Amino acid sequence: MNTTTPKPSRLPFLIPLLVIAVLVGIFGKRLLDVSQGADPHLLPSVLLNTPLPEFNLAALPGREPGLITAELNGEVSLVNVWGSWCVACLAEHPFLMELKKNNAVAIHGIAWRDSPEASLQWLAKNGDPYTRIGQDPRSVAAIALGVTGAPETFVVDKMGVIRYKQIGPVTPEVWQTTLAPLIAQLNK
Amino acid sequence: MKRVIPFIAVLCLSASTWAVQPDERLNDPAKEQRAREVSKALRCVVCQNETIDDSSAELARDMRILVRDRITAGDSNEQVLAYMVQRYGDFVLLKPRMTTETLVLWFGPLLVLVIGALMAVRRLRKPAGIAPTALSEAETQELKSMTNREPQP
Repeated sequence: MNTTTPKPSRLPFLIPLLVIAVLVGIFGKRLLDVSQGADPHLLPSVLLNTPLPEFNLAALPGREPGLITAELNGEVSLVNVWGSWCVACLAEHPFLMELKKNNAVAIHGIAWRDSPEASLQWLAKNGDPYTRIGQDPRSVAAIALGVTGAPETFVVDKMGVIRYKQIGPVTPEVWQTTLAPLIAQLNK
Repeated sequence: MKRVIPFIAVLCLSASTWAVQPDERLNDPAKEQRAREVSKALRCVVCQNETIDDSSAELARDMRILVRDRITAGDSNEQVLAYMVQRYGDFVLLKPRMTTETLVLWFGPLLVLVIGALMAVRRLRKPAGIAPTALSEAETQELKSMTNREPQP
């Protein structure tokens, strides 16, 4: 008489192990990304491929024109959110000046949370690459654009639709790998 | 200890509890109350783990003012929240909405609980260990030879 009972399956005991392995995989991937330079503060923009929100921002005194959404139609442009208080903007600025010098693309500025005096002084000192500048002292445009920090730069196509959002400075590298090819494509 | 208590009390009452500045408040207490509720549901996108109601970041302040402007203009609480979500995505809500993307978040814990309960029930229903079976003929013989007497029935 054979008395051995069937062995209980091991499978149920492996399930928790499997769950843990999957979780370790997901979190590990994210940690690796972050350790290799991914910024955990970056948020994907939900405004991609939607029209630029409508706003009508006043010009800096004596430095026309201001920034009106409707007037941006017709050409591909960059909309750059900056402030005289923003250190990364200062780091980015020489490259924007270079783009301006090479007539690479129209650049518009949003002077975010700043006094007009401070903005004008900063531009006088560091150069003014902007075609239009609008003041946004109370973040009306910044919030409408889903801005979380400065600098942020939006690529806007001929129809006034947001096609890309650069979080952080526009560096020569970002320009060459991402912005320039996109703008060339949008200009076709 | 008695000396420490006032310091703790001051710490608890200060800082973030006063993020909303007096000049931001609406005159209508009912609307101000709604603005506070909406603000408590919105994440400060600068500090990320605070509500805009708690945060002293400047962008959070501007968002609070915008919330109040929209409430004054006649928006419902849901409309104000929708306005923010349209610009910052679901991330801006501290309480995640129920969408296909967040189903796991909402029901995952429940699922784990159910699976655990099912496993526990199965374990409890089964008798522990291997059920005793009668000795085979050979085993009876062997036992008999060892003890030299009949095994107890």
